[in-house]
Amino acid sequence: MPYRLAVVDIEKCIGCYNCMFACSRLRFKEASLAKSAIQVRSAGGIERGFVVVVCRACIDPPCAKSCPTGALQPRPGGGVVFDESKCQSCRNCVEACIIRAIVWDEERNKPITCLHCGYCAKFCPHEVITLEPIGRELVV
Amino acid sequence: MKDTSLYNVLYIDLTEGKYEVQERRDLFEKYIGGAGVAIKLLEEECPKGADPLSPDNPIVFAVGPFTALYPLASKTVAMFKSPLTGNLGESHAGGRSAVAIRLAGYGAIVIKGASEKPVYISIVNDQVKIRDATTLWGMRSSYAVGRVLREVEPGAGRRTIMRIGIAGENLVRYASVVVESYRHFGRLGLGAVFGSKKLKAMVVVGTRSVEIEDLKGYMEVYEEIYREVTGTEVMSKYHVLGTAENVLPLNALGALPTRNLQQTRFEQAENISGEILAEKFLAKKIACTHCPIGCIHLAALRIAFAPGHEYETLIIPYDYEPIYALGSMLGIGSPEALLRLIEKVDGLGLDAMSTGVAMAWATEAYRRGLIGDEETMGLRPNWGEDVEVYIRMAERIARRANEFYSTLADGVEAAASKYGGLDFALTCGGNEMPGYHTGPAALVGFLVGARHSHLDNAGYSLDQKVLRSPISDEEMVDRLIEEERLRNVLTSLVVCLFSRGAYKVERVIKALEPLGVHTTKEELLKIGAEIQRAKMEFKAREGYNPYKLRIAKRFFETPTPHGKLSEDRVRRMIELYVEKAGFKDLFKP
Repeated sequence: MPYRLAVVDIEKCIGCYNCMFACSRLRFKEASLAKSAIQVRSAGGIERGFVVVVCRACIDPPCAKSCPTGALQPRPGGGVVFDESKCQSCRNCVEACIIRAIVWDEERNKPITCLHCGYCAKFCPHEVITLEPIGRELVV
Repeated sequence: MKDTSLYNVLYIDLTEGKYEVQERRDLFEKYIGGAGVAIKLLEEECPKGADPLSPDNPIVFAVGPFTALYPLASKTVAMFKSPLTGNLGESHAGGRSAVAIRLAGYGAIVIKGASEKPVYISIVNDQVKIRDATTLWGMRSSYAVGRVLREVEPGAGRRTIMRIGIAGENLVRYASVVVESYRHFGRLGLGAVFGSKKLKAMVVVGTRSVEIEDLKGYMEVYEEIYREVTGTEVMSKYHVLGTAENVLPLNALGALPTRNLQQTRFEQAENISGEILAEKFLAKKIACTHCPIGCIHLAALRIAFAPGHEYETLIIPYDYEPIYALGSMLGIGSPEALLRLIEKVDGLGLDAMSTGVAMAWATEAYRRGLIGDEETMGLRPNWGEDVEVYIRMAERIARRANEFYSTLADGVEAAASKYGGLDFALTCGGNEMPGYHTGPAALVGFLVGARHSHLDNAGYSLDQKVLRSPISDEEMVDRLIEEERLRNVLTSLVVCLFSRGAYKVERVIKALEPLGVHTTKEELLKIGAEIQRAKMEFKAREGYNPYKLRIAKRFFETPTPHGKLSEDRVRRMIELYVEKAGFKDLFKP
């Protein structure tokens, strides 16, 4: 069964950014807040809480549809798979995602897409994010 | 280290309006980072005898090799010459400051000179701009300054915004620098140094990455530390009630300074305890960048400002030290009153601890008739009777409203020297006392610690540990020295001192390995001792002398859990400290 990363309770977020560091560590072998598929930021003053943006794993992803070269292909169950060799760095995908879940890697000049691997969720101290089987929310 | 960005020191000259970056591998390889590198940069940049409020006084911010790499490496060390004590100024703050500085590509930032007009500094990676802050100058609250900069500067959501309030503008010698609204470079007057440079704020945005030498080893140590800090009891105290947890135990022990240390038990301690604040006011807990603990406790206080259900809600950070200084020390036992006073003091950009001790001294001086209505401009302070009096007093200090308040803005020592009451002017080395009257280790620790802080050598903790199994004064001094050396290593890496349980020396060595730094316990402790020595050399150079310290009589009159302390004993311990730490060549009896 495919899994996806999901934000389950944003109100519990303390803004520690441990998830972002986890993503950059695993995917890019670096410590960074710029290279991470999950994005946390304060909602305009930390007293107003935090915004966590992750790929929603769309079944029919607009980002893939916007890709002129087929570098982004729908992933079975939702989300996308990225083939860097086909990418022409047009940034259409960034614009196509209405929640802006695609981060642009300025160094490589390529998009960063979420693999839904769930590594970041292991470093969330308050279960704000979780890896869930796709479709589970419909079972409830 | 594979990643050499840590070695970059950004030098900004506000007089010339210029900046440059120099690689200082020499300093970082020898002194780790943080406190170790900062004291060396201060030594280089601050001429002997410089007026702390002149363009000659530099501001140094430093982070370390663990910053952005390990959990709880969340602090930035600031160093400068203190306008309050006239010697070493050292203050630490978290928020997003440390990670932002490191990911902007720097290990340290040095700010020199002074601007003629109000400015703020904007740093976005390698772009540094000095911008006009005329319109921000004189703004009523430091919170508002943050709101403006949030709108006009890039990097929303992950940057640091440091700023001063009107206290810093008016050169109050214990003005703070407010970081991300809820954290502070509180102690020893960094805010006044900002003000003297006409520097209203500094915004840092970092979007770079740090390369890791041995990824596999790094991930292993990382997960080990993460599991320990989140999965065990080592940090639970800080998360659950936060530092406010200390109120009731210290009160029960008879170590909670109350009403200018006339007492050490506060009959209303329960009302301002971490338990009550959490139960009634805690709105949420948030974290510094890269800290999974989240010890920043934010209270929500609803205030009716007019009839007809007209409410405002203030969000106020609280910690043990502000509770002590603005609560028990002033006899304020209403949590609502305490929270309002904390909010006011933070908004003005005053250090909560020094301000509380200053107002406690003023209250006692007023009750004893050393000062009168003319000095206080009609305010009649009486131990927590009316918080409005203290709210207005804080504002008058921040504005240096008359000669009296202006003197009080120079510190308790200055005020008592002029108006009398030195016997109950509670400073240690010129710095207003922290909230622990636990015994000899705490008092000696405050007096000899490099920044006269309880965090220098944790004497307050030692006092409590040995209460049931007393140790000799000699051993006490040994342990203070050992602790301060160790802490100099931790504050050079730089990790939050609350995580010291997870960052034992062995763990530190292991965590340095994957970064390409190979060291030993002996080597690290030797560096810690060298950093301590460097700080003391700077202090000695600027006139600090542990043999000639003024120690207020009150410290000896009010009993501690170890009984009444005698001045002879404390002075003997100070002498022992100087000898054992190897500082005899620095100071003349």
